[in-house]
Amino acid sequence: MGSISEFFQHLMNGLTLGGIYALIALGYTMVYGILKFINFAHGDILMFGAYIGLFVFNFLRGDSPLGTWTFISFFIAMLISMIVTGALGVAIERIAYKPLRKASRLAPLLSAIGVSFILSNGAAWMWGTQSRKLEYPFDNAPFTVGGVVITPHQVMILIVSLIMMLALIIFVNNTRMGKAMRAVSLDQDTSRLMGINVNSVISLTFAIGSALAASGGMLIALDFKVYPSMGMMIGLKAFVAAVVGGIGNIGGAMLGGILLGLLETFGVAILGIPPAMKDTISFGILILVLLVKPEGLLGKAVREKV
Amino acid sequence: MNLLETENLTRTYGGVIAVNDVSFVAEKGLITGLIGPNGAGKTTLFNNMTGLDLPTKGKVYFEGKDITGWNSHNISRLGISRTFQNIRLFSDMSVVENVMIGRHYMTGNKDHKTGRLKNMLNSYFRMNEEEDIMFENAIKLLKFFGIANLEQELARNLPYGHQRELEIARALASEPKVLFLDEPAAGMNPQETEHLMATIRKIRDTGVSVVLIEHDMKLVMNICDNITVLNYGQMIAQGTPHEIKNNSLVIEAYLGKDED
Amino acid sequence: MFNFFLLILIYTGIYALMALGQNLITGYTGMLSLCQAGFFAIGSYATAILTTRYGWSFWGTLPVAALLSALFGVLIGLPTLRLKGDYLAIATLGFGEIVRNVLNNWDSLTGGPMGIQRIPMVTIFGFTINPYKKVAFLIMVIIFVLVTYYLFERLGRSRMGRALQAIRDDEIAADAMGINITKYKVWAFAIGASVAGIAGSLQTVYSLSVTPGSYTFMVSVLVLCMVVLGGMGNFAAVILGAFIIQLISYFPQLVGLSGVIPPQFKQILFGAILVVMMIWRPQGIIGVRSYMVGRKNSKKVEVSNELA
Repeated sequence: MGSISEFFQHLMNGLTLGGIYALIALGYTMVYGILKFINFAHGDILMFGAYIGLFVFNFLRGDSPLGTWTFISFFIAMLISMIVTGALGVAIERIAYKPLRKASRLAPLLSAIGVSFILSNGAAWMWGTQSRKLEYPFDNAPFTVGGVVITPHQVMILIVSLIMMLALIIFVNNTRMGKAMRAVSLDQDTSRLMGINVNSVISLTFAIGSALAASGGMLIALDFKVYPSMGMMIGLKAFVAAVVGGIGNIGGAMLGGILLGLLETFGVAILGIPPAMKDTISFGILILVLLVKPEGLLGKAVREKV
Repeated sequence: MNLLETENLTRTYGGVIAVNDVSFVAEKGLITGLIGPNGAGKTTLFNNMTGLDLPTKGKVYFEGKDITGWNSHNISRLGISRTFQNIRLFSDMSVVENVMIGRHYMTGNKDHKTGRLKNMLNSYFRMNEEEDIMFENAIKLLKFFGIANLEQELARNLPYGHQRELEIARALASEPKVLFLDEPAAGMNPQETEHLMATIRKIRDTGVSVVLIEHDMKLVMNICDNITVLNYGQMIAQGTPHEIKNNSLVIEAYLGKDED
Repeated sequence: MFNFFLLILIYTGIYALMALGQNLITGYTGMLSLCQAGFFAIGSYATAILTTRYGWSFWGTLPVAALLSALFGVLIGLPTLRLKGDYLAIATLGFGEIVRNVLNNWDSLTGGPMGIQRIPMVTIFGFTINPYKKVAFLIMVIIFVLVTYYLFERLGRSRMGRALQAIRDDEIAADAMGINITKYKVWAFAIGASVAGIAGSLQTVYSLSVTPGSYTFMVSVLVLCMVVLGGMGNFAAVILGAFIIQLISYFPQLVGLSGVIPPQFKQILFGAILVVMMIWRPQGIIGVRSYMVGRKNSKKVEVSNELA
């Protein structure tokens, strides 16, 4: 650690990385909260969203130079990608998970692995395995604030993830559907008796989770490109974030995501972990959390009723 | 020395007190009933005594030994066996295998005279007679319950009543000193309940102490030697069926307070 | 053409070993592990490094490959197996990736992305098992599979196998019946990992070179497919599953259509197999068989209504 400004530099980098993790972790945690299973295909849904966003953005942008239009078209692309990807999430749930709700615990997991495989290889088949660059919709020239180098991209990540998370919190806590969602996550059968349409709540959960993943996918694609297997490692890390925060807990996913982003950044910067082994950090954290506090930071230990 | 007792056992979940300062006693050779309205903490007390749950405060003693905080499987090995409120069978295994599992820990490399490795290999290759003994023992138990003809059936395919019996048979296979039954008569018709009562008595007469949770008052009053009543997590009475029947606190808990 | 069919059979054998291990872990004990590829890689590299660098014979490296895989199995299993449910799947998925990451980056030991070449062929009693002359190699693989199958089948019928199934069906009840769940889970996991390690050793002396690219997540999913397709909990069915999956894998080359059918096609098919099997036939094409059926001495027990 050289100086205060260096600290803030890492803080900024960690926060932006964490913001993206948080967006993706929300999808894992919401599905887990309601169906009690890990949607293995979540990372690949993110990949799909990144591709859709890329295509729509390139189409809208055409040859126009960077400017207001590219900026607007990026967000239009994000919106369209979120809608399409949300629909994909709902379709996956209907086809591959819904028939297995009463099956053994392993069945939906295996099915999800199958879906993940179909998506990533389907993308490779349709769109090729080469990675594609999603261009910045604005001039990404960094600027300096008090010695801290900040890129406009980072600012966008912070703003977008903050808006998405706030919207989700307001939705879950203050709307009828949000309340229904919380009820279903507590007790499906009782919710059904109280007149809640459990199927539509589950569909909505997948729609929201997948849409958030799409936005996260687009944000991360600006730095890391778009390719068919991009969902795997990022999905794994977002899952770790969800577990760290307490899987099933929406606030936990946000906290866990940001924490993981910070730990990764500071782990490389301070502990001198080689960047090639950065991925190992999140994995080590997962094992550590499972050993020490398996229910996560904000999660509650749930016991099976006997 | 009592066979099994809890000392000021308390279990809280967050702010909810499920079991509050209960000192429960089960005597050797008797059938002890544990009754109380829904949510009184009966199953929680059961789980705390059998190691499926840890008490927040208090102790559990078995034959004078402090077993608080022990693992479920270690408690089971002391001679405490149980059934579950929602039947928990090994549903994709055959009926006879279910019962054989009950003897699992009594077999294997127990005989140190012949050497651990040799025993392991023996049991692995099934060249020893242990498996046969386990099997015969299981069949005997199934006969005791009159379901030996179903030995090869998968447990999941048994009718409900037989599943309850199979669960008790499995619990008995470990030759327990005390058998915990969590609502054994739930879902049974009067005729089946009658039959079950006879079976539980027979089990007691072989020297196995029984502790049971039950809502069927006729069954409880008929076969229990002692009864403990819980209400809102607290023990409100303990005594013979006759004493319990005439206890004003118990009547109040079940029928509500007479507001006048 | 015939040679190519032999190649399919050899790969069936190597993957069948992994699938047998996966079946013990997933089909018998109900744990979803996603890193047979990781153990496969550990076994492969153990043999590759020991034979090329230290001049060991293949046979000497086998126990090392098995034990090393088992050891990593225990390391990854201990923290996660205590927990209920799906954490194991994610932890093992991560582990598999980490293994590949390490193989790619630890250049001094593993040769990095280039891997290790010029691995000596297997010799036995002065006879060299040349992988290019496939028959001898196939016979060796078949012997490995048969021995493993026999041992696992025995294991499945032993009291340990019974305990594993009990854990799969109901952990809480198994615990209450005196079964030490964690101990058995770790054992099952370690044994399942060790055969994957042995499969890795065989792979090394078959291809005579190792590169990190051959140990991807794809391998783990392939193995999982074999188990699911054949029938979870049935060792013979799993070997059949291995054959079918390998046949599908090499089908384009077998019929000379590899230029026409894109490589992703079969992988999409494998994904679809997982989904479709779970929905329509979760017990696999053959299904589970109950071991106790037809036990001979069941009549020996005399009728008695007394409790023993």
